[in-house]
Amino acid sequence: MNDSNDAGLPATGGAIARLSDVGYSVGGRAIFDGLDISIERGKVTAIMGPSGTGKTTLLRLITGQVRASRGSVVVDGEDLATLDRDGLYLLRRRMGMLFQNGALLTDLDVYENVAFPVREHTDLPEALVSRIVLMKLQAVGLRGAARLMPAELSGGMSRRVALARAIVMDPKILIYDEPFAGLDPIALGVVMRLIRETNDALGLTSIVVSHDVHEIGKLADAAYLLSGGKVIAAGTPAELAVNPAPVVRQFMAGEADGPVPFHYPAPDYAAQLLDSAARA
Amino acid sequence: MSFLGGLMDSGRGQLRKWGRFTLFTLRLLVVSPRALLRPQLVIDQVYNSGALSLVIIMLSGLFVGMVLGLQGYDLLRRFGSTESLGTAAALGLLRELGPVVTALLFAGRAGTALTSEIGLMSATDQLSAMEMMAVDPIRRVCAPRFLGGVIAMPLLAAIFSMIGIYGAQLVGVTLMGVDSGQFWSQMRSAVEMRDIVEGVVKSVAFGFACSSIAVYEGYHAVPTAEGVGRATTRTVVTSSVAVLAIDYMLTAVLL
Repeated sequence: MNDSNDAGLPATGGAIARLSDVGYSVGGRAIFDGLDISIERGKVTAIMGPSGTGKTTLLRLITGQVRASRGSVVVDGEDLATLDRDGLYLLRRRMGMLFQNGALLTDLDVYENVAFPVREHTDLPEALVSRIVLMKLQAVGLRGAARLMPAELSGGMSRRVALARAIVMDPKILIYDEPFAGLDPIALGVVMRLIRETNDALGLTSIVVSHDVHEIGKLADAAYLLSGGKVIAAGTPAELAVNPAPVVRQFMAGEADGPVPFHYPAPDYAAQLLDSAARA
Repeated sequence: MSFLGGLMDSGRGQLRKWGRFTLFTLRLLVVSPRALLRPQLVIDQVYNSGALSLVIIMLSGLFVGMVLGLQGYDLLRRFGSTESLGTAAALGLLRELGPVVTALLFAGRAGTALTSEIGLMSATDQLSAMEMMAVDPIRRVCAPRFLGGVIAMPLLAAIFSMIGIYGAQLVGVTLMGVDSGQFWSQMRSAVEMRDIVEGVVKSVAFGFACSSIAVYEGYHAVPTAEGVGRATTRTVVTSSVAVLAIDYMLTAVLL
């Protein structure tokens, strides 16, 4: 059906989210051009790529925050292009998303943050809300922090609270935007363990956007590597690690220069120096 | 040609901004009844915009009233009718100064707070997070703040006028020696219900304008430190001009 699937992942009916030939551009600049990705049900799928390749934009496409200008995005059986705001909100109740910095509501404490979606969407009695919230906080190891305010939490703790909030409505799909950025090794280990355990214990499908090659290697079942608005490689992390293509090798090995150049496109250095000397 | 083109471009940009603001305000109005179903959220915002602005409103009211007392006394003395000071102060405050000065102070105190709060929520992804939780931020965040401002403004303006009249009495009667009985009785016989209604109508309109502008600017702020700063400035400037323009139009209609 498309290159990415030829590269490794079978296009079975097990896909919970599928992007076919997606194009998206901002202000005339194409971010994606013919993107094909399929996310398998029950797995942890990583989306990798150098900074600025539109990984976060991809998440916004999957969650319907932005609409593709071409191609189709189908999530959990619904074509996002056909959904209105209410339909989109109904779909989003089946998704949870963890933002890079946690995005906790700063005027509510940890407990109320986790309780927020429950209070907004249901009319459950307080005793039941409390039981659900404490259960989710226990799962991320922060039951004792229930009454702290977001400003009192460390980066790792904020992300764990945000995870508890993301799973409080028992979603089918959980999306992580750069979950490892800026964490110390202990917090990193905790978040990795939580992503895996949450995925397997709750029977979720997880999508992890990251450029941390080592963490993804240990965590993900499948990975897509994006560059230049397209999927340039797909497969298991182990397959990507031995992929011979130069761009893939540069990214996986973390080399400073290569097909993705070290220098931002610039005019000739010598000419520019001479020019500025002449003007001085 | 390029000058003309630039002019047309900027005109189109302004029109687009107006259109966006109108659509946003319409959406605010559509979701507001549902926000009223959760009164606690609105009451919190009446507290934030109203109760927390009380000190500045009361102090300003007192000083404006005292100035009115001095100026009014000096003016009326030339016509030999200082006993009308109560009437002059009350009419000035109820119909003009109360609503207008309150609205200008409200834009500076509560409007900026609303804009920067919503702008920072957007800059820290809190609004996106709400959307991802299938919660409409316009209903959950913007509408209660808008309603809070609309409710708080007439209350603040009433308090401003009341304290202002007290300030005028303080200067006129206690300091300048206008007869206290004359001051109050002339005021009571001259001020009519329609004067009070004019003030209330104005303050509700100003509350509507200031709150919708503050919430709109916050919601559409560029989500960076600089963007939120600029949006906050725009809130004060736009609100102030809007208040004075609406004031003229309402005065022309209501007189």
